[in-house]
Amino acid sequence: MFRTALRNVLAHKARLLMTVLAVVLGVAFVSGTLVFTDTLGNAFRKQTAKSFDGTAVVVSSPTSDSGGGMSQDGLADATLKKIQGAEGVAGAVGRVSGFAGVADQKGKLIGSSWSNTGANFAPGKDGEDTSYDFTKGDGPVKADQIALDRKTAEKGEYEVGDTVRVSTSGPVREFTLSGVFTTEDGQVNAGGSLVLFDTAVAQKLYLKPGHFSEINVAAAQGVSDQKVLTEVKELLPKGAKAKTGEAIADQQAKDIESGLKNLNTMLLVFAGIALFVGIFLIANTFTMLVAQRTKELALMRAIGASRRQVKSSVIMEATVVGAIASALGFLLGLGLAVGLRSALSSFGAELPAGALVVAPTSVLAAFVVGVLITVLAAWLPARRAARIAPMAAMGSAHAVATTKSLLVRNTIGGVITLAGAIGIVSGAATGGGQGRMLIGGGAFLALIGVIVLIPLLSRPVIALVRPPLSRLFGVSGKLAAQNAVRNPRRTGATASALAIGLTLVTGLTVIGVTLSHAIDKATTDNVRADYMVTMASGNTMDASVLTALEKAEGVKAVSGQQAFFLKIDGEERIVSAVDAADVSEVFRLDTVSGSLATLGEGRIAIAEKTAEENGWKPGDTLPVAFHQDGDDRKAEKKELTVGAVYKENEFISPFVLSASVVAPYDSTPDIQEVWLTMDGGESAANEQALVKALGNDPGMNIMDKQELRNSFGGMINQMLNIMYGLLGMALIIAVLGVVNTLAMSVFERQQEIGMLRAIGLDRARVKRMIRLEAVVISVFGALIGIGLGTFLGWAIGETLKSSIPDYALVIPWARIGLFLLLAGAVGVLAAMWPARSAARLNMLTAIKTE
Amino acid sequence: MTTTPLAHRATTAAARATDLSKVYGQGETQVVALDRVSVDFRQSEFTAIMGPSGSGKSTLMHCVAGLDTFSSGSVRIGETELGTLKDKQLTQLRRDKIGFIFQAFNLLPTLTALENITLPMDIAGRKADQQWLQTVIDMVGLRDRLSHRPTQLSGGQQQRVAVARALASRPEIIFGDEPTGNLDSRSGAEVLGFLRNSVRELGQTVVMVTHDPVAASYADRVIFLADGRIVNEMLHPTADGVLDQMKAFDAKGRTS
Repeated sequence: MFRTALRNVLAHKARLLMTVLAVVLGVAFVSGTLVFTDTLGNAFRKQTAKSFDGTAVVVSSPTSDSGGGMSQDGLADATLKKIQGAEGVAGAVGRVSGFAGVADQKGKLIGSSWSNTGANFAPGKDGEDTSYDFTKGDGPVKADQIALDRKTAEKGEYEVGDTVRVSTSGPVREFTLSGVFTTEDGQVNAGGSLVLFDTAVAQKLYLKPGHFSEINVAAAQGVSDQKVLTEVKELLPKGAKAKTGEAIADQQAKDIESGLKNLNTMLLVFAGIALFVGIFLIANTFTMLVAQRTKELALMRAIGASRRQVKSSVIMEATVVGAIASALGFLLGLGLAVGLRSALSSFGAELPAGALVVAPTSVLAAFVVGVLITVLAAWLPARRAARIAPMAAMGSAHAVATTKSLLVRNTIGGVITLAGAIGIVSGAATGGGQGRMLIGGGAFLALIGVIVLIPLLSRPVIALVRPPLSRLFGVSGKLAAQNAVRNPRRTGATASALAIGLTLVTGLTVIGVTLSHAIDKATTDNVRADYMVTMASGNTMDASVLTALEKAEGVKAVSGQQAFFLKIDGEERIVSAVDAADVSEVFRLDTVSGSLATLGEGRIAIAEKTAEENGWKPGDTLPVAFHQDGDDRKAEKKELTVGAVYKENEFISPFVLSASVVAPYDSTPDIQEVWLTMDGGESAANEQALVKALGNDPGMNIMDKQELRNSFGGMINQMLNIMYGLLGMALIIAVLGVVNTLAMSVFERQQEIGMLRAIGLDRARVKRMIRLEAVVISVFGALIGIGLGTFLGWAIGETLKSSIPDYALVIPWARIGLFLLLAGAVGVLAAMWPARSAARLNMLTAIKTE
Repeated sequence: MTTTPLAHRATTAAARATDLSKVYGQGETQVVALDRVSVDFRQSEFTAIMGPSGSGKSTLMHCVAGLDTFSSGSVRIGETELGTLKDKQLTQLRRDKIGFIFQAFNLLPTLTALENITLPMDIAGRKADQQWLQTVIDMVGLRDRLSHRPTQLSGGQQQRVAVARALASRPEIIFGDEPTGNLDSRSGAEVLGFLRNSVRELGQTVVMVTHDPVAASYADRVIFLADGRIVNEMLHPTADGVLDQMKAFDAKGRTS
């Protein structure tokens, strides 16, 4: 039996080509993902282990709750001294770090803001810091000196002795470059920048003078990490934590691994979708192979082969195909893993180097998945093969596709689809997370149901397009539309493959576009300012930034937004502290009652919903407690009068106070954003004026309204593009399916095409006929997918409605049109090869009787 | 059957092959399928081409009908020389001037009988001549079967549809490739009757390849081919006469 199977595979090489390709792509996706994440995980693990090499114990600063966020209290110099003197300790280094952005020669920030770090240079007795190897110059020991990591220095074209502009939380400062170093620091290896300051400077910048956020302890020769840990623990102030370097390295490795696991899962989900789509293609191929071999199989039955033997011969054939395809797919997957890494590094995400890790489980997974999918897809055709009666050997011609059994199929499909639709609609009605769960289940059922129903749907839907097609393309169009429904099962399976991809693509697009519209609307509705200034690091700014901006040329109105914690009526609330005079110039605040002008008199303004919930209205006085610098113990009880109630605004908290009211209680104000309205609105000159006012600080982010919208909506678009990319594989397989189906159709209809050529259909129109058939099938699949996707998008949108203000479903017609157009193009593309072979058909052999 | 030649018929040729040769392969493996064949197919005449297997009878028909290329010589359909035509022009010629009837019927299963009949006109983008179409339909007796699909028709009915398809566009010449080969004798006789009637009553020109002497006896003229050459010609043939002629070939084939 095995030899027959093998021989069959070899005999149908060409016809199995698309099937093999589909499995290869799916398996490549799976094994590429596994190998890539394994490789990455291994590289990261090695790196973390390396960066904690020689660190026995890490002590971290005690933290305290400053009324909203955790802040570090710091480890005093004295603690460091005590640890350095402890038994079994070879040395200890105090570390303090935070954001530091470096400007390149043009004044632009080097690297992305989240990976710009600054830290202290902590030389030992020999004047060297073991964490950093200086390749040029020396470490910074004076207040105006810094050192840079090698890559950052190269990017900025800085040499030792040059002046470098560095941005931290305050105004940008100039330093002299004292040296360039290399390090094992993971973030630096991943492409981040690192600035080293003199310890005193760093302490002042990031914590407070004489304090560290971390102390790294090295063990003396022959002393175990555990022993050092016990020694050190006794010397620590209350709240400080100590862990061995190994424990921390392990923890970091675990964190990375769980991060990678998420990536892994996401990629595998998309690989699964691609494989699922592949099933349809494989099933089509095997159905055709079985149909063509009806006589042969019947003969086998006639000479005594059992049903089981016939069935297993087909399954065996599928196994051989699956195994070959899996092997190829695995190799392609290795290539994919390598390619993915270099692709990511070309996007600026530098990943640690390391050899390709091929775990045995990856190999196993590739083969199991590949073979299983192929066998699964071939199961139904195999069963059909087993049912072939021995009598069929004596009959003539191919087995005709039955339409009889479609009745059972349609009933089942109808029931499943209905159940799915009910699930989706009730999910939309329920809303929230539970609703989304319901929708997820419903979507799955509906998709399966529609796939089952597609052969039924294909007839009426395609019948609709027949008249326009024949009017537009004459006889080619008419025949194409009819050919498309000749084998409803096959057309259905082909269209299903495309429909699955497009359901997901459309669903995601509807949600994405709807969300970004809501964000756009929120921005235009709520913001009056022309510009928003923030720190690139995401940190808060100090008051000097506000002062600098107030002086900028062309500024009409300016207000910072400062988060301030205040106990109002016994409840801890976040208050936006703003400029009382300018706040209504930078935000669109619609007053419901009272007047915002009263902010200047020290009154509080409250958002409508919050006010209603608590029954507050203008003129009411509220008991409040101000904390001195966030300290719970120093509370000053006061009363505030409600001055205004305004409609909710997304960009400001539900409580607004004048910054001058807050100032006495906050010596280091945390300004999150500064909003500015300028003379003449948004313009290059105005933006330049702001840049100048900020002293060309590369660490400052100036956004106009469009950029503001992009900063939120952009992420959604980026997500959408990634999803499109990941679904691309499933779509490619679907396209292969269309190619496959058409190639089969052309092969089966050789005689017919030959006759058409003989009675006068020219090559161009034969090609057009095949192309149109492909277009009809693809667009049909696309329509089903788009319909289902839009429905799902609507349903999920309904569940998000309550949590998104200004929610309104947006159907992205333009994009849907584009999808349809692309589906048509896919049809044309897929038909290229089958159409060519149809046009080149040898007429004489085609019309010859069998 | 040996009645007087029909004097009113034009003697111009609907199709003419002159010194037509078709050679496959080269050198030692060279096979000559047609060896300088010259023949006229006169208008309004029913010609049968006969000959043993491999005599080149199908090749002759394919070359004259513009389905196959030839090595040398010339073929004309009406005034058009086929040798110089490109594929596109050849296709157009087949569409407009030639009708075909195949052994395997070759109908499109997706189309109804009527749609199959008008297919050549559909391809040409022409409206069918209704009066003529009705005449043809009545002649082949398919009036009550027009909306049926080929799978719902018997073999004889299917071939009648094919005959109607060939006649409907009023081609200058109809070629039949063993048109009765797949039919039982009764259905075969029907189809041959239609072909003969189309020649007698409608003035159609028909050329048919066959190996069946009875089928050949329906023709006005039989051409015998052997080894790629025309070896004999018989006017107003009878089945027995054709059979005798064929037997003579067989005998010659055996003795040589």
